[in-house]
Amino acid sequence: MTYLTPSSPSPAVLAVTGLSKAFTLHLRDGLRLPVVSGADFSVAAGECVALGGPSGAGKSSLLKMVYGNYRVDAGAILVTDGPERVDIARAAPRRILKLRRERIGYVSQFLRVIPRVSTLDVVAEPLRLDGASPEAAAGRARDLLARLNLPERLWSLPPATFSGGEQQRVNIARGFIAPRDLLLLDEPTASLDAANSAAVVELIAGKKAEGTAILGIFHDAAVRTAVADRVIDVTRFGASQ
Amino acid sequence: MAAPLSDEAPLLVAEGLSRLYGARIGCTDVDLEVYPGEVLAVVGESGSGKSTLLSLLSTELAPTSGRVLYRMDNGLRDLSALSEAERRLLLRTQWGFVRQNAEQGLRMAVSAGGNVGERLMAVGWRNYGDIRAEATSWLDRVEIAADRIDDDPRAFSGGMRQRLQIARNLVTRPRLVFMDEPTGGLDVSVQARLLDLIRSLVSDLGAAVIIVTHDLAVARLLSHRIMVMRHGRVIEAGLTDQVLDDPQEPYTQLLVASVLAA
Amino acid sequence: MTVMPAITYNFAYLDEQTKRMIRRAILKAIAIPGYQVPFASREMPMPYGWGTGGVQVTAAILGADDVLKVIDQGSDDTTNAVAIRGFFKATAGVATTTRTQEATVIQTRHRIPETALTAGQVLVYQVPIPEPLRFLEPRETETRKLHGLADYGLMHVKLYEDISRHGHIATTYAYPVAVAGRYVMDPSPIPKFDNPKMDDCPALQLFGAGREQRIYAIPPHTRVVSLDFEDHPFEVQRFDKPCALCGAQDVYLDEVILDDRGGRMFVCSDTDHCESRRADGHVGPLGAPPPGKGKP
Repeated sequence: MTYLTPSSPSPAVLAVTGLSKAFTLHLRDGLRLPVVSGADFSVAAGECVALGGPSGAGKSSLLKMVYGNYRVDAGAILVTDGPERVDIARAAPRRILKLRRERIGYVSQFLRVIPRVSTLDVVAEPLRLDGASPEAAAGRARDLLARLNLPERLWSLPPATFSGGEQQRVNIARGFIAPRDLLLLDEPTASLDAANSAAVVELIAGKKAEGTAILGIFHDAAVRTAVADRVIDVTRFGASQ
Repeated sequence: MAAPLSDEAPLLVAEGLSRLYGARIGCTDVDLEVYPGEVLAVVGESGSGKSTLLSLLSTELAPTSGRVLYRMDNGLRDLSALSEAERRLLLRTQWGFVRQNAEQGLRMAVSAGGNVGERLMAVGWRNYGDIRAEATSWLDRVEIAADRIDDDPRAFSGGMRQRLQIARNLVTRPRLVFMDEPTGGLDVSVQARLLDLIRSLVSDLGAAVIIVTHDLAVARLLSHRIMVMRHGRVIEAGLTDQVLDDPQEPYTQLLVASVLAA
Repeated sequence: MTVMPAITYNFAYLDEQTKRMIRRAILKAIAIPGYQVPFASREMPMPYGWGTGGVQVTAAILGADDVLKVIDQGSDDTTNAVAIRGFFKATAGVATTTRTQEATVIQTRHRIPETALTAGQVLVYQVPIPEPLRFLEPRETETRKLHGLADYGLMHVKLYEDISRHGHIATTYAYPVAVAGRYVMDPSPIPKFDNPKMDDCPALQLFGAGREQRIYAIPPHTRVVSLDFEDHPFEVQRFDKPCALCGAQDVYLDEVILDDRGGRMFVCSDTDHCESRRADGHVGPLGAPPPGKGKP
């Protein structure tokens, strides 16, 4: 593990510059909670970058800004989209949705459950939206769920009633099924045991080998060491409370 | 899965749309664009102007000022300039309208099959067998058993009526569907099933949807984009998850904070 | 011989201004075949439902040399037919007849005569409910729009409902027609058996609805098509037996109960047609002596 930034040979898939963000809580008399200020970093293709720092340093918020889920007060988040570079901080909602459909994958900490949709369909959906045949998408979904050791009897059920660890694995399978240039991982192994964590580490290695740029939060030091090429200490963006 | 039309140009555009009721504001100065295949949620409390806006967009109500444009074969057309005949043709072929009160959106004295078949007959279907087969297939898509095809909706539960209304509206594969609180007044479990159905049908058809709801969870589940209305104005708009997870306006923060796990 | 009443009426009861108003409505109706023209229906000295619409139309077109026939469900001698015939005899002093081919104006309730109508004749229908869309759309403002836009999907919904409930189009009277390829029209409660007679008819057909204040028309030789589905085409009723009295085939028959033990027979609903045939020597299975003379 190193805090040094080696100059990356491949062009950045993600380039964040001068990024600042604070929450204004109007319900609490306009209380301002700074998150980050002047954040600069980039992630190259095939590279896995970990966001480091203590709880509350703004790691998750940064990830959410890159995904377009949180707004940005200042700065730019440039994502390469073919010949274009799109600034997530300013892009129209439709543009962001297009990037999410084609370029950016995101594995959140919690699975947002869609009622009545089976696990297999939840996982296969991104690949089907990419234009894969239902059979091919389902086949790939089965492979992933098997690699993540999710019992086969659960595949046809909606994940609403699953345990935290089971839902987490469904979420990972869904996030990993379709090829994406940029993958955002928010504590993907948080509720997994050692064996399943190892499976996730292997999946991440596979993605890197395919050239996917990965930006993630990994609390588990062993996992972080195993997957991250670099760690960016978020506290240096000077917004910790 | 039908690919939507070229999604590079908007399907519906509103410019400076206002409607006054005497001195009272129904809604004022609304600008919006809806693209093919896009689901736009309009949220707000009762009296926020969201239903007035829906009526204006769907030409049920004439604006006091501003205009609504819709993309037809020959480009964007000002809807107020359409003849009544063109407007009605649009309403029964390219548009749908799912209402909160199924009794307003269905013919209660006509069988389920007749309700679904009406639009087909209105656009010239004249083969009973074909109409019935198409109606049966749509009832199946909205999870109404084929043997209920000759029952009239008075015999249906609230959830079934809404599903029938959806089939009746989607049978001509409209490009744009207006929905006014489609899950309002239904039990939570019934709502979930309906929402899931709407979500998958809309995505299969690639239809654009403008849905008015006071329920942020409905907006979260169905929509790509959201507009928050208050006192007849749009106070905040953007990507649905962005507005709900990182609301900027005090009122939006209040709305989000008032809901459990939206 | 006619006894003139102590009160003298204007010719054919209605005043000339009213007749002009009605004639204008009739002319407009003829100009727009199948379109329901509103008119200011007058109170008539008979209750609604007794043909006040038809009576006003007849009164407006009747001339002194016209020969009037009035039928009710095909019969010249029911109370309604007799009363209306008497009314015009008294107020217009016109000649009346029961013979279809002799009449210049025929007012009818619920039938078209079996004898083919000819050029120069006028058939005046009494209409209870003129709006064919009323069944599914109660709002008058909306039905008018639907007519205006030729938005007639609803008519087929009605036929669809028929087939889905009965396996076939069960509407047997007041069966909707498209007139001259434009307006959909309710032909009044005639049996659908009579629908084909409206098509390309040499006579002028006028429809009057008194309570609903509408007049509509089918000019001579106009295309009149009964609505249907490709796989459920329009069909008229068929009777498996001929008229019991005159032996006529392919006419519309009424069922007549002969006794209280289930005895019955089917006879021409058009009494003039039946009598003419019997006068010409046609005899059905139960023909001569006529019913009523036999012992039950």
